[in-house]
Amino acid sequence: MSKHEDGIHRHIITALVENQPGVLARVIGLISGRGYNIESLNVGPTQDPTISRLTMQVPGDDRVLEQVTKQLVKLIDVVKVTDLTQEAFLNRECILVKVAASRENRSEIIELAGVFGGTIVSVQAEALVIQIVGEQDHVGDFMELMKPFRILDVSRSGVIAMAKE
Amino acid sequence: MRTGAQCTIDALADAGVKTVFGLPGGTVLDLFARLYHAPFEFILVRHEQGAAHMADGYARATGRPGCCIVTSGPGATNAVTGLATANMDGIPMVCISGQVASHMIGNDAFQEADTVGITRAVTKHNYLVKNVDDIPRIIAEAFEICQSGRPGPVLVDIPKDIQQKKTEATFSGPAERRGYKPRYEGAPEQIAALAKAINAARKPVILAGAGVIHANAAPELLALVEKTQIPVTTTLLGLGGFPDTHPLALRMPGMHGSVAANNAISECDLLVSIGARFDDRVTGKVSHFAPHAIKAHIDIDPSAISKSIRADIPVVGHAKPILQALLPLVEPVDRKAWLAHVAEWQTKQPFDYDRNTPELLAQYVIEQVSEVTRGEAIIATDVGQHQMWTAQFCKFVRPRSFVSSGGLGTMGFGLPAAIGAQLGCRDRKVVAIVGDGSIQMNFQELVVAVEHDLPIVVVILNNGYLGMVRQWQEMFYKSEYSAVRLAQDGRAANERMAPKRPEYRPDFVKLAEAHGAIGMRLTQKQEVATALRTALSSKKPVVIECIVKPDENVYPMVPPGASLTEMIHKLV
Repeated sequence: MSKHEDGIHRHIITALVENQPGVLARVIGLISGRGYNIESLNVGPTQDPTISRLTMQVPGDDRVLEQVTKQLVKLIDVVKVTDLTQEAFLNRECILVKVAASRENRSEIIELAGVFGGTIVSVQAEALVIQIVGEQDHVGDFMELMKPFRILDVSRSGVIAMAKE
Repeated sequence: MRTGAQCTIDALADAGVKTVFGLPGGTVLDLFARLYHAPFEFILVRHEQGAAHMADGYARATGRPGCCIVTSGPGATNAVTGLATANMDGIPMVCISGQVASHMIGNDAFQEADTVGITRAVTKHNYLVKNVDDIPRIIAEAFEICQSGRPGPVLVDIPKDIQQKKTEATFSGPAERRGYKPRYEGAPEQIAALAKAINAARKPVILAGAGVIHANAAPELLALVEKTQIPVTTTLLGLGGFPDTHPLALRMPGMHGSVAANNAISECDLLVSIGARFDDRVTGKVSHFAPHAIKAHIDIDPSAISKSIRADIPVVGHAKPILQALLPLVEPVDRKAWLAHVAEWQTKQPFDYDRNTPELLAQYVIEQVSEVTRGEAIIATDVGQHQMWTAQFCKFVRPRSFVSSGGLGTMGFGLPAAIGAQLGCRDRKVVAIVGDGSIQMNFQELVVAVEHDLPIVVVILNNGYLGMVRQWQEMFYKSEYSAVRLAQDGRAANERMAPKRPEYRPDFVKLAEAHGAIGMRLTQKQEVATALRTALSSKKPVVIECIVKPDENVYPMVPPGASLTEMIHKLV
């Protein structure tokens, strides 16, 4: 479990689900119907074309998470659920951030992006679009650094994760 | 080659279906064409909610899945309340719904509704069939899923064109899903821990829920109690899972529970819940629930464990094998002081009402039903005061005798559920105890009982009110009776009804007769037993309207949000 500056515990749950229409609606309906919240959600196919992996970041204490996990398991189309924050895991997030950039500060922004292993994916007269891939904390730190330059737009992939073992 | 419709009917027959409830419509014409030749009985209802409740009542009374067929759009939406009722109470049921043709889906077609979308939250699982080849497998899966684990309703939505398409497909099982493997045997170490706790407990109590009945574990529970001498409180839906006539029966706990049950829970040092999910009507204020107890929880549904009450000893599995494994591990322990304490509550403060009043009270009628039927009848109810009084004053001695909507609290459930129960159990007496408010929600289904010569007895306790709401308005809303009066007089000013008609509408006796049933009206205590005996020996459905005292309340009552020890015994 990771505890962020705002003091809210966040769990990362991954679920292997049947790759069928309606399964995502089932999962989301369950989460909202029982009054839980999702901070981010990512869905994609796995090496087995009949199974998709769903990665969710869910705020809440251990008790809330126990219920979310159990309720997910109860869905017939959900094959396996893991609360990754109970074990060693890897997490990555990809963001695209558009930052206001003038001739004066453009190089400073590019330099900072370089330090974070970012890529400049678009350069415009008054703005830059930077792509950052990394752990959630890493991505979050970069966002903090960009704030003073004025962030014009952000698109985040939501966290994806995998157990180490 | 078979059509999808034929595959559906064949799959129902293969699943062992004996009775199907339903109502036809445009998108199920093909199904009904094949149904005409089906090897099972079909019961035409008058409203799809009735079909779902009948299938539910059939399942509760027999233990076998109920089955209903409805058309698309309004047919399916009418069935939603029935599905939600079954889902909350874990009742095995398969509902087949028609859907507009595949190419029309999403087009706002005539009688189109997103049925799988609408029913997703009120079913255990649902399917939209997209390929005719899948029908045999999906229906086999639906029956497997609805009965296994924590049971529940499964809906299969079949578009019209899929019913018409032809296929060679068959399915010979097993109907398995990789994401669904209910656990039946309890973990041995957990069962051992539970046995140890039971043997060490000085003041134990068993809380028996519907899981005991679903698992057919009533004999195992009785054996456990006989060996350990632990008192048992039975939840509303657990009634009949342990005989109310047993000396260790504490009867129902919770909001309208017995003093013995609520006090025993509040003072016990070990609470063993067997197939009960700690509904808020059972626990009262959660933080004050069984405050001194180690809590053990046996449940087939892992999500029920530690949902509202933290379990110290969770045992996931089916009540029957778990109790079988537990029995040899427990020892008879001498707990004389505790049992004497419990017996004192039982004898000094049993469920009670004013037995000396000359007025006809609903409680009296219900007690007479219990005495005349001697616990042998299946009793179905609606929801409200009469339901609580039935739990208090009917003595249930065997499982599958009490058919009532517990979790969802669905008014209008009792009559169709009684019809379903009677169709499933032709040799048993079936009585529906209902209120004058709730019976009006599905009265139309009485015709079904008449058509099929079902000798059900419908006891309407007419107090002229939506009684339970009236009780709450009296107790918690300054006696300002807002929209609870069903008689013509005594309405609130904003209902704009001049108090000119003292008579009650509708006339239930005439209504019963208009449906082809026998109607009776009782106003005197001394008429009740005779009328019940006459009705129970009739070959036709009988409706007995009892004009009862209008302002009786259900006591004891634990006010909402209070702890189980804060019982109100009467208003002062």
